[in-house]
Amino acid sequence: MTDAPILEVRDLAKTYGARLGCADISFDLWPGEVLAVVGESGSGKTTLLNCLSTRLAADGGSIVYAMRDGSRRDLATMPEAERRFLMRTDWGFVHQNPADGLRMGVSAGANVGERLMAIGDRHYGRIRGTALDWLSRVEIAADRIDDGPRAFSGGMRQRLQIARNLVTAPRLVFMDEPTGGLDVSVQARLLDLMRGLVRDLGLSVIIVTHDLAVARLLSHRIMVMKDGRVIEEGLTDRVLDDPRQPYTQLLVSSIPQA
Amino acid sequence: MLPLRVRDIAKTFVMHLRGGLRLPVFSNVSFEVAAGECLVLGGPSGVGKSSILKMLYGNYGVDAGEILVAHACRPVDLAKALPREVLDVRRLTLGYVSQFLRAIPRVPALEVVADPLIALGSDRAEALERAEAALARLNLPRELWSLPPATFSGGEQQRVNIARGFISDHPILLLDEPTASLDAANRAVVVDMIEEKKAAGTALVGIFHDEDVRDRVASRVVDVSRYSQRRAGQ
Repeated sequence: MTDAPILEVRDLAKTYGARLGCADISFDLWPGEVLAVVGESGSGKTTLLNCLSTRLAADGGSIVYAMRDGSRRDLATMPEAERRFLMRTDWGFVHQNPADGLRMGVSAGANVGERLMAIGDRHYGRIRGTALDWLSRVEIAADRIDDGPRAFSGGMRQRLQIARNLVTAPRLVFMDEPTGGLDVSVQARLLDLMRGLVRDLGLSVIIVTHDLAVARLLSHRIMVMKDGRVIEEGLTDRVLDDPRQPYTQLLVSSIPQA
Repeated sequence: MLPLRVRDIAKTFVMHLRGGLRLPVFSNVSFEVAAGECLVLGGPSGVGKSSILKMLYGNYGVDAGEILVAHACRPVDLAKALPREVLDVRRLTLGYVSQFLRAIPRVPALEVVADPLIALGSDRAEALERAEAALARLNLPRELWSLPPATFSGGEQQRVNIARGFISDHPILLLDEPTASLDAANRAVVVDMIEEKKAAGTALVGIFHDEDVRDRVASRVVDVSRYSQRRAGQ
């Protein structure tokens, strides 16, 4: 086990005018750890994800990130340009709707290659080779490299979005309902793929989902949110098999048994 | 250091969906398990035997007391350990054969069985080879090996579960009714496998409703009903 967290969050809070987004959020994320944030819509989980990924400015608290060189930096005081570079290289963000994370007007290969060019790679042959490699890792056939995402099914688009995110070898990936809106069999294939990639690459992941089955399959730890606050957290199978809080018991007991 | 020491653990379930109903199960349960012995949790159903095993695995919360596991030469209290510590203990020290297999979609039986070895960093081909040997020993038909176990029968799933639990050399192994849905021939295989683990110095804790199996593998029996908090008729 490594002995330093990749992300340290303390007393994070966000309000929208008088309305609470999230409050009193404190946790450490460790390298290789997958944290699921679960709760109903409106519980604050997406607000939390957007604050953590600096897509949204928090009102209070701190987020400290361990850089590749081992230095620890407070994201709130990091210059904008440096933060953008971090988001393009060291981090990934997988959106629920692939159209939010892909460029729909360019080819699959360009979608993957673009992230490489953003970190300075200019060698066309090498970029295309890496793009091909990543398309095959997400089970997209090589002969689809010049097709645009509009010609892809929902499941393929989501796999392309994952390839686009992982091509720069990020250390921390944020995911917002990545399997939402997909057919069950497509979802299973995507989950299986994500499980393998997360494990092989040793990624740290924060995944927001309302689907407890997704949380069980992918995550090591769960935080349950309600009304903007974390009401229960712990090892994923402990929270799901022995829930303590009334709201967690309600959530777990509401899962249909297939 | 003993592989496993349990001190005064207690469990009460609070059912919030039923008006906060409190169901005390047991309290002050204490026992120790030495290397090479198989401790059997005994007593009628409902006294909390499975709950104890789940607490030992970190799967159920512990209301009081401590569960000290000798993990990489130091004691870790599973009653208070952080999630990543529990996962590290499971990876290296603590194996568990649950009563029912929780099948992962799309993952074939062979990979389910090999997984604990791969997680320990074993060579993939070698891990799969050992998984094949384990499934063959438990007489799981070869044509099932490459299929995900979700559609298997209860007995077939249980054999996948047993093969997975026994494949690694974890110093502690927890067994929750591993022979419940097996025929006599496969029960005998499992009894042999348990004896081999004991001989290799593994500390085992198990629940066995089958008296014949229990009598053959038990080094000692702890009667959990001694600690029961349930009143008669509950």
